[in-house]
Amino acid sequence: MPKDSGIGVSQKRREDVRFLTGAGNYTDDINVRGQTHVHFLRSEVAHGRIDGIDTSAAAAMAGVVRVFTGADFEGVGGLPCGWQVTDRDNNPMQEPPHPILAQAKVRHVGDPIAAVVAETYEQARDAAEAIKVDITELPAIVNMQSALAEGSDKVHDDLTSNLCFDWCLGETDDAKVQAAFDEAAHVTTLELVNQRLVANPMEPRVAVGDYNRASDEHTLYTTSQNPHVIRLLMCAFVLGLPEHKVRVVAPDVGGGFGTKIFHYAEEAFCTFAAKECNRPVKWTASRTESFLSDAQGRDHVTKIELALDSSNNFTAIRTNTLANLGAYLSTFSSSVPTWLHGTLMAGNYKTPVIQVNVKAVFTNTVPVDAYRGAGRPEATFQLERAIDTAARELGLDPITLRRQNFITEFPYATPVALEYDTGNYHGTMDRLEAVADIGGFAARRAASEASGKLRGLGINCYIEACGIAPSNIVGMLGARAGLYDAATVRVNATGSISVLVGAHSHGQGHETVFPQVVADMIGIDESQVEIVHGDSAKIPFGMGTYGSRSLAVCGSAMVRATEKIINKAKKIAAHLLEASEADIELKDGVFSVAGTDKSVAWGDVTLTAYVPHNFPLEDLEPGLEETSFYDPANFTFPAGAYACEVEVDPETGQVSIERFCAADDFGNIVNPMIVDGQVHGGIGQGIGQALLENCAYDQDGQLVSGSFMDYAMPRADDVPFYAVDHSSQTPCTHNPLGVKGCGEAGAIGSPPAVVNAVIDGLHSANHGVKHIDMPVTPARVWEAMQG
Amino acid sequence: MSEVTMRVNGKSVSGQVENRTLLSTFLRDSLGLTGTHIGCDTSQCGACVIHVDGAAVKACTMLAVEAEGADVATIEGQANADGSLNVIQQAFQDHHGLQCGFCTPGMVMSAAALLKDNPRPSEAVIRKYLEGNLCRCTGYHNIVKAILAASGQSVDAIAAE
Ligand code: FES
Ligand code: FES
Repeated sequence: MPKDSGIGVSQKRREDVRFLTGAGNYTDDINVRGQTHVHFLRSEVAHGRIDGIDTSAAAAMAGVVRVFTGADFEGVGGLPCGWQVTDRDNNPMQEPPHPILAQAKVRHVGDPIAAVVAETYEQARDAAEAIKVDITELPAIVNMQSALAEGSDKVHDDLTSNLCFDWCLGETDDAKVQAAFDEAAHVTTLELVNQRLVANPMEPRVAVGDYNRASDEHTLYTTSQNPHVIRLLMCAFVLGLPEHKVRVVAPDVGGGFGTKIFHYAEEAFCTFAAKECNRPVKWTASRTESFLSDAQGRDHVTKIELALDSSNNFTAIRTNTLANLGAYLSTFSSSVPTWLHGTLMAGNYKTPVIQVNVKAVFTNTVPVDAYRGAGRPEATFQLERAIDTAARELGLDPITLRRQNFITEFPYATPVALEYDTGNYHGTMDRLEAVADIGGFAARRAASEASGKLRGLGINCYIEACGIAPSNIVGMLGARAGLYDAATVRVNATGSISVLVGAHSHGQGHETVFPQVVADMIGIDESQVEIVHGDSAKIPFGMGTYGSRSLAVCGSAMVRATEKIINKAKKIAAHLLEASEADIELKDGVFSVAGTDKSVAWGDVTLTAYVPHNFPLEDLEPGLEETSFYDPANFTFPAGAYACEVEVDPETGQVSIERFCAADDFGNIVNPMIVDGQVHGGIGQGIGQALLENCAYDQDGQLVSGSFMDYAMPRADDVPFYAVDHSSQTPCTHNPLGVKGCGEAGAIGSPPAVVNAVIDGLHSANHGVKHIDMPVTPARVWEAMQG
Repeated sequence: MSEVTMRVNGKSVSGQVENRTLLSTFLRDSLGLTGTHIGCDTSQCGACVIHVDGAAVKACTMLAVEAEGADVATIEGQANADGSLNVIQQAFQDHHGLQCGFCTPGMVMSAAALLKDNPRPSEAVIRKYLEGNLCRCTGYHNIVKAILAASGQSVDAIAAE
């Protein structure tokens, strides 16, 4: 009989009922008695010196409670960066201050200059218009090459240049790398851009600060993926508040995709201002503000070289990347182009020599940080575009060339600092070839051609490092945080369970999935298990959700805590059954003595724990509650193979996605339906990057694509149904569930598949185009076809 | 300030609004119907879709005073009388047509309007119709699937698993 509950079942989501009936509780739905509203006056120029701010007229306007400027924050810390990267000579990166409100200079369009707190939002906005800011506009530094040029203006006057760091990973001996290229039978070189993107979760950011003078306690409601991280950063580095007096609540959050990891100025502002004004302060971003203040993603310019020997084995990879950091260091920005990117340059392949060079650059643009995949899509895009190009240059089948170079033995230590614990890249490619019906492509191409369209097939493989992350390793690499997670399993007297977790669900379905695991382990009904998350006053100190880590890290903590519960419950059962603990078995929620018919139910044991009349009090404490903190031994390594088929209209250059297939290895899977959904969403975003999305600045640093009218988000009509397969499974070897994480795969694996398909389609009509940068718009395709 | 009166989810309501107050703001802030979400400021995202006199409308494009006397339906009034999910809501749950849930009220209201006019829309018609509803989580796969299922069409042949 197939299972109908527990691990491996596509359980419908329990959180859906509230979301489908309008009963969700998002941050903007929270209103605190007596609250005021804040509106931020933001810079309209990309770079300028603030010569003076006159707030007197604004302060006198109706409803205004108080007007704040940078001067009010002089004694307050700035927003910290959570990762110190050291450069190729072991010097620490240049770390400029990041004030809550601009001090002396503005450094990007949208940089907050002043904030008006008023009785209503409209009054705050009206008053902000009455603030007079005297700004001397300075030349905007937008282009990375010119930012690094000798004598360039500087984004931060106190730094030596606009270079944050010059970083190298892998083989640092240039001569050795060059020798590998000199010996190569073939070298493929590609220059490509991984364009800047805006994460754009559908819910804009919101912060509500509340302060209780009587107890000296702060509460911050915020749209965050990680409430404890926000509390720590804000208390320890920005406002200097004692953590036990600050509660951070991230309730229902409408999507994150990375950009809600970071600690933002508005959160610190609302917390600070609530005390200063002794009134709750609420801020809700307009979408325009999201475009101007949410950390953006990607923005790499790369040259990649791939060397092959005469048998088509990969022998060396060298990359040179410029990574745009924007105007300030966002919370994890420095880790993205380095440790989350360089370490993935081996991909799924055994290449003996790899050298990754990254220069990270300050510009007068919105800060850049992690966006779904974070560094890994950039690595995959370069590598897989280069491999496809090599196959074309050498007249090889792209699948054969990839298969020939696959890593097949595990564990595998890459030349770029990772150890892959397990994988089966031929296995996922086998699944892909079956699901995508690669054999039927020729017929589909003929059909497209018969209707006047070009058809291309694009193949792509990816690997990612997820389950972020082993604290001791990331600590050595510069992380200023631990990356464990935590769970408390609180069993109630009548046997139901609350699981308090550090992971945060903002679409991932933890409220459904986590109970599947706990209920399965104990053998009780899932409805008896409930997840509590998102409130620092309730949950243990966990690190939140990003880097496809929730189940691999927090889920492991939950398993460990549940194991402790079961061990203790067995002791109680042994006492009740007058048997030896070693003979107690737990099955389907019943403890029994092996080989006898003596048993006691879960509920009787839990009741005994809290009503300990007949209880081994001399050996055991009453109660049934356990906490585990789990620090992973390694990253997890989801991997897979993707295939995309496109039609290109030779008249217009319009590309349409006709088929998209994904074969992923996520290790063990708890809820297949939710895993499919995660992959679908990632592919949707990846197709968005490949064909539509582009966050563009003009030479004055103005954001040209600053609304949904100018920034092309993928719509239902832009994408097809996707075929998703995850039947090739190599369970993670070092966490108790054998799970790897699935949240980012789709966004990592899909962009190169789409671009490879377009190039393939163009070649089918003898357009010898080597590369088209994303987004592959009709204009760019048409231009490429004109040669 | 002016007084406005309308029917919302079958009940007569009234309130004081400024002339510039959006219908979406009135629903959320004055009536506490926070299921109608605000995802943009350019009328592009569709998180705020409601029904006004039976037609799908973006609540952020209408002033509260323009809805004087209108019959307004929001996500809060969509479930069956016994509180169970209606056919469209149930299809969204059955087919995992939502993740973070932020676009969901607008999606459900748009789907209801579509199915009222076109009880068995094709995949292509559904995708076209959802042009004004953005979802960042689902890649649309399961939303389209849910709407097909809600209209009684078989979804067994749709790719996946
Ligand atoms: S809020 Fe975006 S369309 Fe109404
Ligand atoms: S479910 Fe999150 S935006 Fe659609």
